[in-house]
Amino acid sequence: MMRRRALLALLPILLLSACGGVQSVLGPAGRDAEVIATLFWWMLGGAVVLWLLMNGLLIFVSRIDRRPYSPRAAEALIIGGGIVFPTLVLGILLAFALSEMPRQREPGSGLTVRVTGESWWWRVEYLPDGASDPVVAANEIRLPVGQRSEITLNAHRVIHSFWIPALGGKTDMIPGRETRMSLEPTRAGEFRGQCTEFCGESHALMAFGAVVMEPEDFAEWLAKEAEPATSPATEEARRGAAVFRAEGCGACHAVRGTAASGRVGPDLTHVGGRVSLAAGILPMTEDALVRWIRDPEAVKPGAMMPGYDHLPDADLRALAIYLEGLT
Amino acid sequence: MTDFAGSLPERPRAGEIEDAMPQGIYPPTEEMLNEPVDPELREAQAARLRAVWAEPPGWRYWSAVNNSEVGAWYSLTAFAFMLAAGVLALLMRVQLSVPENDFLSADRFNQFFTMHGSAMMFLFAVPMFEAISILLLPAFLGARDMPFPRLSAYGYWSFLIGGIFVLSSILFGVAPNSGWFMYPPLATEAEGPGSDIWLLGLSFIEVASIAAAVELIVGVIKCRPPGMRINLMPLYAWYVLVVGGMILFAFPPLIAGDFLFEMQRSFDWPFFDPERGGDPMLWQHLFWIFGHPEVYIIFLPSIAIAAMVIPTAARRPIVGYSWIVLSAVGTGFLSFGLWVHHMFTTGLPSMSLGFFSAASEAVVIPTGVQLFAFVATLLVGRVRMIQPMLWIAGAVAIFTAGGLTGIMVALAPFDWQVHDTYFIVAHLHYTLFGGMVFPIIGGVYYFYPFFAKKKMSDRLGKVSFWLTFTGFNICFMPMHLTGLQGMPRRVFTYPGDIGWDWLNMISTLGAFVTAAGILVFAWDLLRSKKDQPFTERNPWGGGTLEWAHDVPDLGWGARSVPYITSRYPLWDQPKLLERMDAGRFYIPDAPEGLRETVVTSAVDAVPQHVARITGPAWCTLWAAAFTGGAFIFPTFHMYPPAILCGVLAIATVIWWLWTSTAQVPEAPMKDAGLGLRLPTYVSGPRAPGWWGVFITMLGDATAYASLIFGVFFYWTARPDFPPDNATHADPAFAALAAALLGGSWAMTRIARGVNRQGDRRTARVLLGLAPVAALAGGAALVLAVWWPGLSPATHVYPATMWAIVVWTCAHIGVGAIMQLYCLAGSIFGKLTPRYDADLWNTTLFWHFLGVTCLISAAVIGLLPRVL
Repeated sequence: MMRRRALLALLPILLLSACGGVQSVLGPAGRDAEVIATLFWWMLGGAVVLWLLMNGLLIFVSRIDRRPYSPRAAEALIIGGGIVFPTLVLGILLAFALSEMPRQREPGSGLTVRVTGESWWWRVEYLPDGASDPVVAANEIRLPVGQRSEITLNAHRVIHSFWIPALGGKTDMIPGRETRMSLEPTRAGEFRGQCTEFCGESHALMAFGAVVMEPEDFAEWLAKEAEPATSPATEEARRGAAVFRAEGCGACHAVRGTAASGRVGPDLTHVGGRVSLAAGILPMTEDALVRWIRDPEAVKPGAMMPGYDHLPDADLRALAIYLEGLT
Repeated sequence: MTDFAGSLPERPRAGEIEDAMPQGIYPPTEEMLNEPVDPELREAQAARLRAVWAEPPGWRYWSAVNNSEVGAWYSLTAFAFMLAAGVLALLMRVQLSVPENDFLSADRFNQFFTMHGSAMMFLFAVPMFEAISILLLPAFLGARDMPFPRLSAYGYWSFLIGGIFVLSSILFGVAPNSGWFMYPPLATEAEGPGSDIWLLGLSFIEVASIAAAVELIVGVIKCRPPGMRINLMPLYAWYVLVVGGMILFAFPPLIAGDFLFEMQRSFDWPFFDPERGGDPMLWQHLFWIFGHPEVYIIFLPSIAIAAMVIPTAARRPIVGYSWIVLSAVGTGFLSFGLWVHHMFTTGLPSMSLGFFSAASEAVVIPTGVQLFAFVATLLVGRVRMIQPMLWIAGAVAIFTAGGLTGIMVALAPFDWQVHDTYFIVAHLHYTLFGGMVFPIIGGVYYFYPFFAKKKMSDRLGKVSFWLTFTGFNICFMPMHLTGLQGMPRRVFTYPGDIGWDWLNMISTLGAFVTAAGILVFAWDLLRSKKDQPFTERNPWGGGTLEWAHDVPDLGWGARSVPYITSRYPLWDQPKLLERMDAGRFYIPDAPEGLRETVVTSAVDAVPQHVARITGPAWCTLWAAAFTGGAFIFPTFHMYPPAILCGVLAIATVIWWLWTSTAQVPEAPMKDAGLGLRLPTYVSGPRAPGWWGVFITMLGDATAYASLIFGVFFYWTARPDFPPDNATHADPAFAALAAALLGGSWAMTRIARGVNRQGDRRTARVLLGLAPVAALAGGAALVLAVWWPGLSPATHVYPATMWAIVVWTCAHIGVGAIMQLYCLAGSIFGKLTPRYDADLWNTTLFWHFLGVTCLISAAVIGLLPRVL
């Protein structure tokens, strides 16, 4: 029992240190996540009390007071503990949870983000109210603070699940049907989301940056995101762009404003402006870009993208500089 | 007291040959029970019984079919598979101990977690319940053996072959790698034989599981000792009944799903391919209609063990027997209404989520009643902390924690956050360790003196308990937090900067401490105890019949089958043991040299029949090997050897049935002891075999219903089912099929009647024509879809029509073989007007098959016109 107590004493410390984190349910930054975090703390408190009562009773009857009690007390225990008490508590919990459910599923207004699960990355399309053509991006979700945005979900080949723990619950993405959810961020910041339905070899490596912005910052960012790619500014970058063309990267990737218009892989028009590379796996740095392009298989086993280890280092570096400059 | 001579429960119709009925006195009077047995006779009887029930010597040991041998092999095999799956868990914990580790590759890790889950569920948890029940149930019921010993042996060999096949795939790096839930399209598209190994290997094992469930249910219903009315059964028997029933209704939907899945894998029938009208969600429904009851199938037997240990520890009968029984049945029912809580995040309508949320919470109530009844029993008793109680207390501590997190995750909005994270990993291990592993280990400590006649070590037991208990909590308690911090399940690696690293390191350390505890237990279980003295007969002072066992073991189960008047006969019925040992009770002798057990009525346990049960044989091993071949060869697309194996399996089973079941007895009645004469052969609902067929067919009908559910699922979920301008099945052929199959059904039923009336010639003619009509009907059914050119690979609509036809035709084949078996029986004298059990069973099979055929014909012939 000593060990248990030590563990219990440690628990609050563990919990407090755990609340932060960019991917934490307990560090909410959205309306839905806040409600669930509060609900969790209440349920945890109740659970600890009930656990202590149940096991305390067991220890009491088997270790402390072994006198036989009357069968009436026994019957009262079965009916009171097994039926009356749980019916009450569960009734209250259900009433709260079931009334919360429609609120969390309310349709969003203003912005719709269409996300498609690919192996193993995210195709992201922004549709502001009234817009007909989507702004295409990938591997990063940006949302304005203070409003509920609609998120529609699709999957290309296999089932994925879309989740940003700091903002709210997850919803599966299923091939052949469209699912939906909505999120209402309450504070700006950089968070992380991840695929939560097992989707094959590199399921573990399918994450994304989730950036919550002030509405005016978001509007500004989206306007810029809708624009074609900036042309390479330096000699090095221009050389990178030439490598990009020569190696046929445009067959799979699109860079709007250039000839590259592939739809198989992620859109790279503003790749350098994202917080991470390769679906939340690598930092957006020149070194990481080189590492990824040289051998994607080593970073993400089973990835569709072929490796370019036959390219001389200088070419790879130029390519990286070009891509990093696509902000 | 009843004098059986004048009271026939069912009067035969005019012209029918009368069944032999019990004759004599029942129940026995106290005077009869007090009458001493002649010591010389007693010794002669015992010698004959010993010879009949002797274990086969030497290498023939492996042909044994007795429940004590098969049960022991079964449980040790399941334990070995559990250790193997545990090793996989440890390797995964090593991989996850530090971020961005490369100890295991992604693919290997995915194979490991798939196999860990699959093996723990299919090769350990469910088979362990069946193994322990096969080992213990006859003893709880004072029976000599299970009703169908060769079926247990067949089930065991199938389990062993299938388990080794599935597990060994991991050594060749071709194990299934799409998760134990095998969601399509990922699993349907997975390359290599992994998915097929999962589907075919585990289907094979599921069939064995269902076979064991059938036998256990029949054991509880028909093999109780005289006087043990249904409300006097030990609670364990109630749980066997409930869990057996759940297996019967939960596994078939999965088997139906496996069938569709394998059709897609092998022949590209697009059941789960959205591009051709299929839907991956159908698999999720079928899988979880199985998968959630599965959780309770695992949990309830362990409650059952606790229900046997606790009265002994409290030294008084269980409190709230009826409450517990009602709760067990209630849990069983409710568990079929919870499956959608595994699918809360799939975007189903809020209405369904609300309903399944509430149902998931409701199951807390019967579970709570059972736990509180145990605490209440301890409260009113004078508790002795015997060693097994330590494990039960540990189980309660762990299980209640898992139950409390279960209340949390049953709330749909909370589940949206924690679904598929380590919070769930923690939750499910708390429920399964607390609700299965701990009670089972407690049960092993408790029952070890029963099956090994020795005691395990108290000291090692304590060491093992504290290592396992602390290790478990160190491993899984932090996982709640890991999950809340956002770590998803089934990831082979994770980045170091999110705050998951130290939590994972603690979990890994805890996993190894747990493993050490399990190893200490394994050592204590398996170490040689040759030098240890035998235990006393009833070391814990229990009150139920298993403690009437003989030390050392004598193989016969019970020297004589007692007359029972109490729930705790060893406490409440004085002189019970003495009389059992003296052979004062029923069937104390084996003058014919046959293995026998008493069969009683389902509710009141009035003796009805002395059943001759089967003895050691190799045919069960061969039948299992060939069945295994029929399932395993298709994994590698080797169809000719698979078909050959299938034919050999059917031939072996026919030979087994022909030579050992429903044999014409040497005399219609025999003296069962205590002035009671019982029939040696019964047919129809009084025979265990009839119940076996009936229960099997309930399971089979459930699988068929799942296929039909699939049709209606596509119809409601998909706008293009059936597609416009689709080719439909030919209604004329479907009608012809219905007529022919209905005719075959009717002929079988009429054959049974005329055979009973003594008209063997007409019966033979009918039994000769019936299979012809059946096969012609099957051919018409095939023509109904083949003639108009329904092409199953193009769209899910023709594929479902074909699936129904294939399923129905396979059953028609079995039905025709059974009709021919009866025909041969009639010709060669195995089946006579009086001894007609085979024909009763065939007719019963055809009642189910006839309905199946008519529904199939209607669904393919009529439904498309109605839609």
